[in-house]
Amino acid sequence: MITLTHYLVLTGILFSIGLVGVMRRTNLLMLFFSTEILLNAINIGFVAVSKYYNDLSGQLFAFFIIAVAASEVAVGLGLLILWYKRNGSVDLNSLQTMKG
Amino acid sequence: MYEIIAFYVFSALTIGMFGIVVMSSNALYAMSALAGGMIFISGFFFILDAEFLGVVQIVVYSGAIMALYAFGMMFFDTTRDVSEKMRSKKIAYSLSISSAILVVSILCAPLVGESVESLYPSIEGVGNVQMIGVVLFTKYLVPFELAAIMLLVAMISGIVLASKKMDEYLAIEDEEIEDVKEGK
Repeated sequence: MITLTHYLVLTGILFSIGLVGVMRRTNLLMLFFSTEILLNAINIGFVAVSKYYNDLSGQLFAFFIIAVAASEVAVGLGLLILWYKRNGSVDLNSLQTMKG
Repeated sequence: MYEIIAFYVFSALTIGMFGIVVMSSNALYAMSALAGGMIFISGFFFILDAEFLGVVQIVVYSGAIMALYAFGMMFFDTTRDVSEKMRSKKIAYSLSISSAILVVSILCAPLVGESVESLYPSIEGVGNVQMIGVVLFTKYLVPFELAAIMLLVAMISGIVLASKKMDEYLAIEDEEIEDVKEGK
């Protein structure tokens, strides 16, 4: 029988994968991918808690998280395209213009 | 029984896909794997009796967000390998320690929340979509409207940011064409 603990372990594993991506990547587009992984992992956790505690609030929070992720992608990709037009690179190291 | 098999298959597939997203040095592979992982996550939602969220996950994530990424990647040079380097061992150590703490705290969370009582229990005989509609348009009406405004603002800002100077480039090309025609 699959219990809540199974889903929470899966959430933890997926969130750790996302954290590894955030720490490891220097490409800004890949950083966006890693944040999507983080948001999705939390969504699974919310829906699992919502099912096992028989409460709909978790699913609604997951719904709003999806809305936030969609708007984040729209704004973030716009800024990323602007930065690429100006600098010709989406690398994190190209953002270090104030380095002494 | 089917639930157990589906859970393990979907978790193995999701972890594999997201592992490719994090580890692959090719941006196109990473994006395709991310789209696959999103669809497998919607499988979890269907197992958990959240049909509405499963459909929303497929439509919004695999449809809208991945299409947006695909369009965005046309602006970048994606054939080049993504350069990356682990800067120090300190980052790796702190990362592994923090993820271990994270997993332990997530596992301990249900023990703390034993006395949780449900605010909106699902009613027998009422579908998931119907229940979500009732709760969304009564208790969560204001956040829903705010989310709508937020999406509108994000759409306008995306258009403004991405299309800046795009018309000028097109105008320059038109003028060049005109110059070539007049030169002839």
